[in-house]
Amino acid sequence: MSPLKETNWQKVLHFLENNTVPVLFLVICAIGIPLSGYSASYLAQEVVVRISRNAFLIIALLIPIMAGMGLNFGMTLGAMAGQIGLILISDWGIVGIPGMVLAMIISTPISMLLGWGCGKLLNMAKGREMVTSYIIAFFMNGVYQLVVLYIMGTKFLPIRSSSLVLPRGYGIRNTVNLIGIRKSLDNLLAVKVFGISLPLATFAVIALLCIFVVWFRRTKLGQDMLAVGQDMEVARDAGIRVEHTRIVSIVISTVLAGYGMVIYLSNIGTLNTYNSHSQIGMFSVAALLVGGASVSKANIGNVFLGVTLFHLMFIVSPMAGKNLIGQAQLGEYFRVFVSYGVITMSLVLYEVRKRREKSRVGRELAAGQTAEEA
Amino acid sequence: MKQSDAPLLEMKNISKDFFGNQVLTDVNFSLRPGEILGLVGENGAGKSTLMKILFGMDVIHETGGYGGQVLIDGKEVHFLTPFDALAMGIGMVHQEFSLLPDFTAAENIVLNREPLRRNVLSEVFGERMDTLDRKTMHEQAIAAIQRLGVALDPDMPVSEMPVGHKQFTEIARELSKSSIRLLVLDEPTAVLTEQEADSLLQAMRRLSSAGIAVIFISHRLQEIVDVCDTLLVMRDGKIIKDVSAKEADTRQIAKWMVGRDVSLESSHRQFAGDDDDIVLSMKNLWVDMPGETVRDVSLDVRRGEILGIGGLAGQGKLGIPNGAMGLFPAGGRVVFEGKEIALNNPRNFLDSGMAFVSEDRRGVGLLLDESLEWNITFTAMQVQDKFLRKFLGGLLKWRDQNSIEAVTDKYVRQLEIRCTGTKQRAKELSGGNQQKVCLAKAFAVEPKLLFVSEPTRGIDIGAKGLVLQALREYNEQAGTTIVMVSSELEELRSICDRIAIVSDGRISGILPARSDSAEFGLLMLGASGEQVPNAQSGADV
Repeated sequence: MSPLKETNWQKVLHFLENNTVPVLFLVICAIGIPLSGYSASYLAQEVVVRISRNAFLIIALLIPIMAGMGLNFGMTLGAMAGQIGLILISDWGIVGIPGMVLAMIISTPISMLLGWGCGKLLNMAKGREMVTSYIIAFFMNGVYQLVVLYIMGTKFLPIRSSSLVLPRGYGIRNTVNLIGIRKSLDNLLAVKVFGISLPLATFAVIALLCIFVVWFRRTKLGQDMLAVGQDMEVARDAGIRVEHTRIVSIVISTVLAGYGMVIYLSNIGTLNTYNSHSQIGMFSVAALLVGGASVSKANIGNVFLGVTLFHLMFIVSPMAGKNLIGQAQLGEYFRVFVSYGVITMSLVLYEVRKRREKSRVGRELAAGQTAEEA
Repeated sequence: MKQSDAPLLEMKNISKDFFGNQVLTDVNFSLRPGEILGLVGENGAGKSTLMKILFGMDVIHETGGYGGQVLIDGKEVHFLTPFDALAMGIGMVHQEFSLLPDFTAAENIVLNREPLRRNVLSEVFGERMDTLDRKTMHEQAIAAIQRLGVALDPDMPVSEMPVGHKQFTEIARELSKSSIRLLVLDEPTAVLTEQEADSLLQAMRRLSSAGIAVIFISHRLQEIVDVCDTLLVMRDGKIIKDVSAKEADTRQIAKWMVGRDVSLESSHRQFAGDDDDIVLSMKNLWVDMPGETVRDVSLDVRRGEILGIGGLAGQGKLGIPNGAMGLFPAGGRVVFEGKEIALNNPRNFLDSGMAFVSEDRRGVGLLLDESLEWNITFTAMQVQDKFLRKFLGGLLKWRDQNSIEAVTDKYVRQLEIRCTGTKQRAKELSGGNQQKVCLAKAFAVEPKLLFVSEPTRGIDIGAKGLVLQALREYNEQAGTTIVMVSSELEELRSICDRIAIVSDGRISGILPARSDSAEFGLLMLGASGEQVPNAQSGADV
């Protein structure tokens, strides 16, 4: 159909152009791994841990992308809800899997409420969802601090455990030890393969979520979201409830982010009450983008490729930095620098590609002329 | 064809005004099941408004409703939304595609009417969690496509389809609504190739024999004559002719469409300049202006003439000046006074001595919050360093307030701009006076060639005359060549020497302004130059 034929070389260029970010990360990792001197089995073990820790959170981002709302930085809201659940179960002394499940149950209504509010606001800021959700997360951080720092431990929301409450008598301490649920999901069904320990139970949960996402695309709601994501006006003319659909996508994402946060923190084992949630949105978004997703298109493959490449870089860069210039701090520096860099680059590339797509129309008009003359 | 006593649709004494501006007056017509009705008229004749009333669009209710009655099966109906109309079996295919690019034809056809299957989760969370029944979706889509009788792959994503298939997908979507009895097609063939258009016309006949009535809006008159049973010609919000399509031929219809009092005839100007002195030459110009795509335009402009560019909306006439100036991506060659002008760079265009008065005067043309002085002198100051006093050998430039005031004053008097003073802000002026400010701004640059786009759009008749007169005078006194783009043929005919008609992104012919309006009408409708006997005389430059 298209009058512009591509040679093989152009196809390769095209592929590189469309996958700039993942290719760049492959190159960074390829250079970093030999420099770090880590063994393959060590790296594999680390990557397995990172996948089991982060994949659930990143998958939570997929549904708003389907609905055309971009990268949901508002997933931080779900993370806050998950943390509130974790603080409460720690106080109640409920441990193991029941503790995790209860934390998730507690987080659900909070996530739904926050997600609904976030969705409402995003409907008022159509076309600027990403920056709006980013700022909403900052704003809600204030509300979260109010609850955790000033209300928890008072008579409105009593916290009995003295190891949780600040010495002054109310408010939650900076760190909450999650020893009761630490690795309880990971260790539920762990097997060793070639010396690498695989947390099968966590993988099963992630697999279930993947199946849900794939299945969700085939539901009426999923189809509606895809329709709304492509063109809100066309969807509205067909009778789809556009605003409602968008809100539901944010609610689902927020709830899943809450569950993801419980899994993430149970793997780490400590909760940084005032910090854990604040960067999780950004790192999840960055990982997804590293996996080759864009603002408007992402799939499960992007999630796993992204987690692997992004965290591989984190793992090798401190050691590589130390071996190269004698400083391990390079790794931490890289972590922040690269995350912001990747997000910036992906956003810019997305717009560049859109513009290039537009200029294609012009090239076709010109090509149409020559075709006619021939 | 099933014949019932009451017509399927009857519209009686329909009238409509938008805030006192009468757009429809006493429109009557009726439609039997299986009848194909051709609806023709110039842009702004009232076709779209009539259809909007039929569908109960919001814009009608928001502007005070309509007069008269709409009857379906002999019973009066009041549609509050297009969904109400849909429920009565009336569907419409719009001119702009309303399709989702990443969905397949089948997905688009059954959009939001997908067959569903229940499952465990949907029992809990409600029917939106039902899974799609892909197999039935596919079958329904195929059924609709077969009803239309065209070759269309239900599994092809819309983004990969040729334009014709997109159009078929839209129509198939309406047909897949089982209750459909009346289908309105708004210029469905405008974007189609001849072959695609043919198969669409066949499909329409097939629908008609299945008892579905069709209202067919088109500018391609031959198609109307070929396929329609009856023909409705609208002009200025009235029905001019309601005849059987067999009794009409295209030339006659074109005349009905554009025919007006030809009192302006006397003022047609005879070009006195040199026919071989080409000041601007465009070769194979293409412009990617959304909604006004220019495909392949080659046009020569003679020094000192007023050249009109006309044509129906969306055919590309607005794209020509916008592309030449570089406001939209363009390609091809533009040569001005023997010098090639690089495209896609407005500064180049201005530096070479051309100016453009945009049709978008509030967006591009004016600095609304600034004074008249600023508006009139701004471009000249920026581009040509006029109205500036230089100090220290040009390092420091100072605005020359005296000369700014003088020139603003001059144009305010010359163009009779109604204002409280030269310091008044542009947004406080009326539309006509704003247009005059735009012209003054262009005049202040003292261009050798002036592009004017839709100079009279949205201004009242009195102001129109003044604006046109100002252009004519400026052309005669300063010798400036003017290229004027307008949707109003009569306006072009009143001041231009020659008029080029654009159709489908190409020049379909150039005629002297004194030519018969029916000939222009035929050119607008896409007849090529050879079919219009007189077209050659003006076109062979």
